[in-house]
Formats: sequence, structure tokens, C-alpha cells
Amino acid sequence: MTIANSSRSRKAKVQLFILRVLAYLFIGILVAMCLFFFIMLLLMSSKSNSQLQGAFSLKWGGHFLENLHNAWNDASTNIPRGMVNSFIVAMSSALITTYFSALTAYGIHVYEFRFKRAIFTFIMAIMMIPSQVSAVGFIQLAYKFGLTNKLWLLILPGMAAPVVFFYMKQYLESVLPLEMVEAARIDGSSEFRIFNEVVLPIMKPAVAVQMIFSFVSSWNNYFMPSLLLTKPEKRTVPIMIAMLRSADYSKFDMGKVFMFILLAILPVMLVYAVLSKSIIKGVTSGSVKG
Amino acid sequence: MAESRRIKHRKTVSYAKWAYIFIIPFFISYIIFTLVPQLLTIYNSFFENYMNGLQQIGPNFVGLANYKALLSPGQSGTIDLLKYFGNTMALWILGAVPQFLIALMLAVIFTSARLNIKGQGLAKAIIYMPNLIMASAFSMLIFALFSKVGPINKYLVASGIIEQSFDFLTVKVSVRSLIALLNFLMWFGNTTIVLMAGIMGIDQSLFESAEIDGSNSIQVFFDITLPLLMPIMSYALITSLIGGIQMFDVPQVLTNGRGTPNLTSTTVIMMLNNFLSGSKNYGRAGAVSVLLFIVTGILSTIVYRMLAKQYKD
Repeated sequence: MTIANSSRSRKAKVQLFILRVLAYLFIGILVAMCLFFFIMLLLMSSKSNSQLQGAFSLKWGGHFLENLHNAWNDASTNIPRGMVNSFIVAMSSALITTYFSALTAYGIHVYEFRFKRAIFTFIMAIMMIPSQVSAVGFIQLAYKFGLTNKLWLLILPGMAAPVVFFYMKQYLESVLPLEMVEAARIDGSSEFRIFNEVVLPIMKPAVAVQMIFSFVSSWNNYFMPSLLLTKPEKRTVPIMIAMLRSADYSKFDMGKVFMFILLAILPVMLVYAVLSKSIIKGVTSGSVKG
Repeated sequence: MAESRRIKHRKTVSYAKWAYIFIIPFFISYIIFTLVPQLLTIYNSFFENYMNGLQQIGPNFVGLANYKALLSPGQSGTIDLLKYFGNTMALWILGAVPQFLIALMLAVIFTSARLNIKGQGLAKAIIYMPNLIMASAFSMLIFALFSKVGPINKYLVASGIIEQSFDFLTVKVSVRSLIALLNFLMWFGNTTIVLMAGIMGIDQSLFESAEIDGSNSIQVFFDITLPLLMPIMSYALITSLIGGIQMFDVPQVLTNGRGTPNLTSTTVIMMLNNFLSGSKNYGRAGAVSVLLFIVTGILSTIVYRMLAKQYKD
């Protein structure tokens, strides 16, 4: 009896061990796949054009700074200008989207008013409509009123972001005690001050997470900007990257191309390296509630 | 305003006015930048309105002519819009099947108390990373790596796996596979995290009682985890589908907007983009958008109902 038991438990242990090895292997392969392209990018951006035209090698090329210098100073692409434009759009969008979403969520959460439910239901309904449905009319209006090449046209629509609003609303429901608002009122604070100085600080974690998400989606956005920004000095980074694709590769410095790609994704990667934990937490909480 | 005053009389202090003040920017922005353009898009779809060279044609009311033109066969005998829709769906399925299968497996592995996987934080951080990479830059990277003179080809030839360099971007299967690979890489980490949250939301006592009943892990997966995961799974699937229908950046940049070979990787949004960027054909573009809106709505409903019915009991 005891012998049978112990052999069974030994068998179970071996089984578990094998399962564990397989699980780590499986995770390892997927992690390697994700890192592979990033490492290849770093490696390739260290190679000179002639190294890239020559035989394949996994050795560090040693021309990283040279490529960086060439890419940064390339007049026809003007990546520094693109990065500034992208940063202006992404940063302002992130600020505007999170502030007004939080404000709207607070307005609906805290106050009692007649159309409260109707307005909430309406915002939930428009969340489902894909953004491309408005693109045609948006572009047409932009051309009609001569507003192409205006960066603010890519920023202001962020004031109405139903998804971010929903996240903020959920967050407020879980963290904001209404007594706190009452107390602030007794202290004589105006409603605006209560929101800015009492509520917003409480919402900091939610605001931070949503700021990162809206910054990233704006930084990476290609469809609308490519249709609206026609002047070279107004182009954002994704437009510049997409334009590299149509270059003539027999004449083009490939080391520079890899460096452009690296520069395009670097800002987001750096933010991610620092804040990955809270970003992943944001994905989790957003999904459970959504 | 009259509304808030009425309430004010009823209560001692009413703050309803503030609610309207706080939510008004959202609605003004929504009306100007979303609602009006949306209505204009629908309106446009009934008009002939495009540039022929430098000459503006229209706008002339043409009824359903734009829809008819989109849904009738062109010179080549195929209905372009349907072909592109087929491409879009094929590309989505090719990426989404491995995305959901692998994400499901990973989510189960990560949440298994028995396996007790170490280093999860780092692994999750790495598999989620591609989701944040600029899609156009990622596509450009894949192009540069897989192009005929790129490093992958050089490696394959040098190591004797293939005899001469293979042009990945001229063969339907390889172009579609590359697009699917990109979409898979960009999204499986996100799906894993979403499904993990779903599994962790399942009542732990269910797993414990199953263990007491002597169920093995496969039985637990099919009898408890999967059915209870269905709501969040269907949510993730629908979101992925809606995102898939709007696929643009990856095929646009990878094929330089040409949908090579023979327009087999041209998506619906690439078609929309062509109408908008070239001839400013607002009529056709409007009709494409409206059809896209209808299809998105129908598909979401179907998928949702299908999954809900299957796992009702």
C-alpha cells in the first residue's frame, strides 16, 4: 500500500517536472520571438551600409553612432522635426484626453441631474462606433476650412474619448468617497477647485495609466495624420517611417533606415522600460471592467 | 439651464449646473469632431464628389450609385470591395487564431498554482512590449529584414537553407504570413494579459472542489476555466475582430500601399485610404465607411451571440 502510494506520488512528481520544463520552454520561445526583432533592430542599426550589403553576420557593426549621426542629420527625412511634431501631438493629446475624460466622468459620477442615465448610456453606445466612420467627413471638413497641416486638429478631438471616460468612471466609483467632496464643499472650495485639487490627485494612478496609453496610441497613429499633414515640416514620425518604404533601396543607406526605425520606437520603449508594471496593470484592470 | 434652476428650488443647494458645465466640453468636442463628420460621411455616400485631375466633379446627388458601383464587378470581373474584405478577414484570421490559442495556453500556464511559474513579471513585460511598438515602424523593420537583399535572406542563403534569395514580398502566402506574424506578435501578449485577468477572476473554490472530485487539469480546463472565461474571451475576440476589420498600417507599409501581389493583401481601409488620398473621392469613401460600419455592427453581434449560446449551460 505505502509502496504503491509513494511510487504514484513519484510518478506525479516526474509528471509535474516535465510539465514545468515544457511550460518554461513554451514561454521561452515566445519571449525569444518578441526579443528577436528588437535585438535584430539594434544589431542592424550598428552596421554600415556596406556591412549590410555584404555577408550576413551577427557581429556588432560598430557604426551605431555614425548611423545615429547620419539619421539625425538627414535633411530629406528630418527626423528631429518629426519627433518634435509627434511629441507635441502625443503629449497634448494625452493631457487633454485624460483631463477631460476625468472631468466628464466626475461630472456624471458625483452630481445628480436629470439626464444622468441617458448621457451615460449615450457615451457607452458611441464607444462601439469605429473611428474610421468619421474619417471621411473629418478629412473633407479639414480640407474645406483649410485646416490641413494644423497639429491641433489631431489634438482637440481627444477631448471626447469614450473609452478613457469609461475607465475613469469605473475608477471613480471604486476610489472616491462622496463624503470627501462634501467635506471640501464645507471648507468652501468651489466645484472646480474640488475637482482639480481634491479629486484629480486621488485619480493620479488612473490618469497616469491613461496618459501613457493615449500618448502611445497618438505617437503611433498613422492613418489620420498621413491624410492631414501634407507639408514636410508638419510630418509626424509614422509618416516619415512609411515614406522610407518607397525609397530606392539600391541607393539608400540601410544602416540609416534601421536607425530611423529605432528612433521611432525608442521614446515609447524607454517609457515602457520604466513603467511596464503599471502599464500591464492598466491593461488588466481596463479589460476586467470593460 | 432652466433644468438646473428647477432642481435648485426643490433642494436647498443644487450642484446640477456643475454637472452640465463639466460634461459640456466632451459633448462639444464629440459633436464637432465625431458626430458631424460621421453624418457628413453618410451624407457624402449619396453624392458624386471627386477630383478628376485638377477638376472638381460634383457634388451631385446620385442616390445609391456609389454603393452600386462598390458592389458590382469591375473591369477585372471581381467586386473589388468584396475581394479586399476577404483579404482583410483572411489576414485577421491568420493572425488571430494563433494569437488566441497561444494567449489561452499562456494564460493557463501563468495562472496555474501547480506549475507555479517564476519570473512571470518579466515574461509578461516582454510579450506585451510589441503591442506598444509603432505598427508602421514594426512593418518597416520586417520589410527591411525580409527584403530580397535583407539579412534574413542573406542568412538563409549563406546557411544553405535556400539556394538563392527569396522575395517574400512577391508571393501571396509569404506576404500574408508576414502580416499575420506582425499582428500576432503585436497582440498575443495583450490577449494573454486580458485572459489571465479573466482566469484570476474565476472563483477559486471551483478549482478546489474540482481537485477534490479528482478532475485532472485537462478536465478542469474544459469544464471550468473555458466556459467561465467565455464572456471575457468573446469580448476580446470581438474587439480583435473590430480592430482586424480596420487593419491598415501593417499591410500599407509592408507592401508600400500596393497590396502585393495582385492586390491580395489590400485591405478595406487601404481602399478607403486610396479614395481619400488620391482623387478625394468623398462619395465612394463615404459609401465604403457606411458599409464598414454596418458590417462591423453585424459581425460583433453574430460573434457575441454565437459564443453566448454555445456556453449558456
